Amino acid sequence: MLLVLVGLWVGQNVNMLPVAASSNAPLYDQLFTVLFVIGTILFLGILGLLLYSLIRFRRKEGDLGDGVAVEGNLQLEIFWTAVPAVVVLFVGIYSYDIYDRMGGMIPLSDPHAMHGGMAMESAATGPSDSMPPGMVMAANVPSAVEGAEVRTWGGIGGSPGSSSGALPVDVTALQFAFLFHYPEGDFISGELHVKAGQQVELRMEARDVIHAFWVPEFRLKQDVIPGQPTILTFTPTRAGSYPIVCAELCGPYHGGMRSTVVVHEPDAFDAWLDQNRPATVASAASGLSATG
Amino acid sequence: MTLALPPTASSAPPSLQPEGWLRYLSFSLDHKVIGLQYLVTGFIFYFIGGALAGMIRIELVSPMSDFLQRDTYNEVLTLHGTVMIFLWIVPVVNGAFGNYLIPFYVGARDMAFPRLNAVAFWLIPPAGILLIASYFIAGASQSGWTAYPPLSLTTPAAGQVVWILSVLLLGGSSIFGGINFIATVLKMRRPGLKMMQLPMYCWAMLGTSFLVVLATPVLAGTLVLLSFDILAHTGFFNPALGGNAVVYQHLFWFYSHPAVYIMVLPAFGLVSEILPVHARKPLFGYTTMVYSILGIVFLGLIVWAHHMFTSATPPWMRLFFTIATAFIAVPTGIKFFNWLATLWGGKIALNSAMLFSCAFIVHFVFGGITGVALAQVPFDIHVHDTYFVVAHFHYIVYGGTVFVVFASLYHWYPKFTGRMLNEDMGRLHFTLTFIGFNLCFAPQHWLGLNGMPRRVAEYDPQFTLVNQISSVGALLMAISTLPLLINVIWSAFRGPMAGDNPWNALTPEWLTSSPPPVENWKGPAPLVTHPYGYGVPEGQIDLKGASGKELWTSGS
Amino acid sequence: MTTLSPSTDSLPAVAGDAAPVLEEGHGDYRMFGLATFLLADGMTFAGFFAAYLTFRAVNPLPAGAIYELELILPTINTALLVLSSFTFHRAASELKQERMGRCRWWLLVTASLGFAFLGGQMVEYFSLPFGLTDNLYASTFYALTGFHGLHVCLGALMIMIVWWQARQPGRFTPSEHFGLAAAELYWHFVDVIWLILFGILYLL
Repeated sequence: MLLVLVGLWVGQNVNMLPVAASSNAPLYDQLFTVLFVIGTILFLGILGLLLYSLIRFRRKEGDLGDGVAVEGNLQLEIFWTAVPAVVVLFVGIYSYDIYDRMGGMIPLSDPHAMHGGMAMESAATGPSDSMPPGMVMAANVPSAVEGAEVRTWGGIGGSPGSSSGALPVDVTALQFAFLFHYPEGDFISGELHVKAGQQVELRMEARDVIHAFWVPEFRLKQDVIPGQPTILTFTPTRAGSYPIVCAELCGPYHGGMRSTVVVHEPDAFDAWLDQNRPATVASAASGLSATG
Repeated sequence: MTLALPPTASSAPPSLQPEGWLRYLSFSLDHKVIGLQYLVTGFIFYFIGGALAGMIRIELVSPMSDFLQRDTYNEVLTLHGTVMIFLWIVPVVNGAFGNYLIPFYVGARDMAFPRLNAVAFWLIPPAGILLIASYFIAGASQSGWTAYPPLSLTTPAAGQVVWILSVLLLGGSSIFGGINFIATVLKMRRPGLKMMQLPMYCWAMLGTSFLVVLATPVLAGTLVLLSFDILAHTGFFNPALGGNAVVYQHLFWFYSHPAVYIMVLPAFGLVSEILPVHARKPLFGYTTMVYSILGIVFLGLIVWAHHMFTSATPPWMRLFFTIATAFIAVPTGIKFFNWLATLWGGKIALNSAMLFSCAFIVHFVFGGITGVALAQVPFDIHVHDTYFVVAHFHYIVYGGTVFVVFASLYHWYPKFTGRMLNEDMGRLHFTLTFIGFNLCFAPQHWLGLNGMPRRVAEYDPQFTLVNQISSVGALLMAISTLPLLINVIWSAFRGPMAGDNPWNALTPEWLTSSPPPVENWKGPAPLVTHPYGYGVPEGQIDLKGASGKELWTSGS
Repeated sequence: MTTLSPSTDSLPAVAGDAAPVLEEGHGDYRMFGLATFLLADGMTFAGFFAAYLTFRAVNPLPAGAIYELELILPTINTALLVLSSFTFHRAASELKQERMGRCRWWLLVTASLGFAFLGGQMVEYFSLPFGLTDNLYASTFYALTGFHGLHVCLGALMIMIVWWQARQPGRFTPSEHFGLAAAELYWHFVDVIWLILFGILYLL
């Protein structure tokens, strides 16, 4: 009982995560808290049992006798088979619920996707022609209506843009940078700029080797595999600058393959878009050099 | 009941003892010699791999890439992973202890195929030397121990090809060893010894060997295809040539996830041998332990894609692999609760072997909890390929398996050499390793959660302090090997004589002299039907069974 | 640590009554070992098959790439290999009746069928309109058939060695003929793998 209380307290009061800056981050944090509480309870319980045994049952000096000859206890063993099974089942179902709410369970309509989760035709024709069903992580915006929209978009159709209001950005990952192309203004930036509260649709493509797009504050990561255009959608919620990190070993400068995602307030974003709209090489270059 | 051992067994004539240390450099067919060859070779590679880890930790003291060249850093991390997995843990927990102990446990005088056994061992030094030499000659592989294409196709080819060759040799060694263990456990049991009377380590090795035999060939085939991609410019895994990089990941992890069980199942078995002896109690729940091993083997083969949750796997696959992975916690949990129940009510000797075993339980439970968390797709998506994963698998593989290797060393050293290790030095070794290990890897969980990816030479400066703490832990771990080394070398010559059975253990390896004679026993092999027959049942002496219970209890 | 160290003569864990004499020099587990090895070898093929089937499922043949297989020659080849399994079996049963001459003759027939298969494979290789690196399917085709061909090649050589050994009188007896039995098991294994391979690669 005490253990459970301690576990709950730890779960509520020890924060191990960076700030939550996208709509699916709070969901993730819920899951994390649940796992953290269960984990703490289990770990402290087992640790306590072990330490108690070691101290209580330690061998006294000069005692050469044996302990009690207990070879097993079927009821006890069934009990501790059942308890982890139930816990694991609960955690599994709960995490699937979370994953579903994040939009990860959208069925993929593409027949190739059902086989291996990748559609190679799109490699030849370019990312925008077919629905690349790599991983569609459509983050639910709080409103239920839009959430439903997102799911249909992610699953069927396959024509980008059918989800109304999503900001499309083409992402190219190459050794050792991410490039962000804005179709709306037709310019390339080295930083990702998005609008708080508006859904973003990243159409990602890798040039050379496998990279991974990761924004810790969004709790989102997606491998970008050459030959497999992948779409990642999410909704940033909190204005600020957050790091974009490449999370898959991609060569000598892998550690330096970082960028920034800037989440603007709506007005500021429009201003930024306007400012960059003349698709000049200069703007792209300045963006690139900012990447480092 | 007749006593089959002649009374003179303890004064073995010298002709049956190993003929000098040169034996250990020869193509010996004696399973005990081969076991120790594996053990010493493994430790040499452990120190090499440890030095490589030290280089990584020095580089990470500062957030800049300043200590090593960037590509050297990638070579170092690739070598570290490869050496530690393929040249240290797998050969030691399988090859070393398996070869030494399994023939004793089944009551045999040697392994089923002694010559194959020697071949399997002698594949390891050339493979290891090849791998290390590639660093000095052509530059080692730079694509991590996972060697994901297309990166492994674009990094310098020479190092990558040598890496493939070396891993193929080690895989071959592993398969030969696995075939040998399966045949020995299933076919070589002493007449009258039933499967359900075997010490738990036999079951662990049987399960492990099936994993080796089923999974390793897939890796071998995959690496052959990868080498075609590099050398013949085929396009199996090269998207630029129409290939599919994800297929490589599936095939790779089909081996490399079971590889985790190949590394921890033998450790489970060894702990099951050590705990009852030092707690003076029978192993709790023998039958469920056996079934949980079989359960882990089966589940271990069907969970590989949880390493690929972020690499474009379809939802049904994620659902399946999440559930399968999480369910491994059930048989594993059974084992841990059974071990705790084994300790409960015992008379526990808090010696080095016991301390390392208990630390193993703590670390593995911790690693198991983070493991169940990692099996959850949404959780994994955030921390995949970060230091959280690094911390998790070091808790499993170092905090788990390596701690068991140390425990086993303290437990069986008297049998190996006939001399005891120094207990104070052992406890010093334990304390330093325990503190160093936790200081090194516990903070890495936080690093991963907060945004530090793995395999980087440079990182966000906000992580500097935690990385420095981690490096201090690594330094402690490095220092902790000194008491171990001094202890092992000093005790080999000056340690107090151990006698045949210093722990009053009941398993068959203790029922012969230390070190044992060439064919293990002077007389017929003993039939041990109750390997864990310790304990006093309500103050009485149980007379049935030739387990030796009566002796130890009446001695007190 | 502990001081209780009993003298050996009181060691109780030796119940000698069950088996007073252990068989010294252990039994022959080589066939068991070979079977385990073939299990491992089969897993290598399973990995290749899985890779090929996945490629088929998700990687369409690029436009303009050529990947066509003739069926006549491989079918003849399949027949040869299946036949050779029967001839090997025949050789083994001749041995059991101690007719060494006939045994050797059937061995020779088996090896010839194996070499004929390899010849057919070569003819097919040189008549195919695609090369190793032309496209993904071509590469997989050559890798799979090549890896199997290597097995056939080794098997045929093994049969020739067994055939040579069988010249010595008493080398193989109806009760003791590990070399021949091992070669036979291996040959059947290679045959079964080919049937799967033929089904997946040519018929599917």
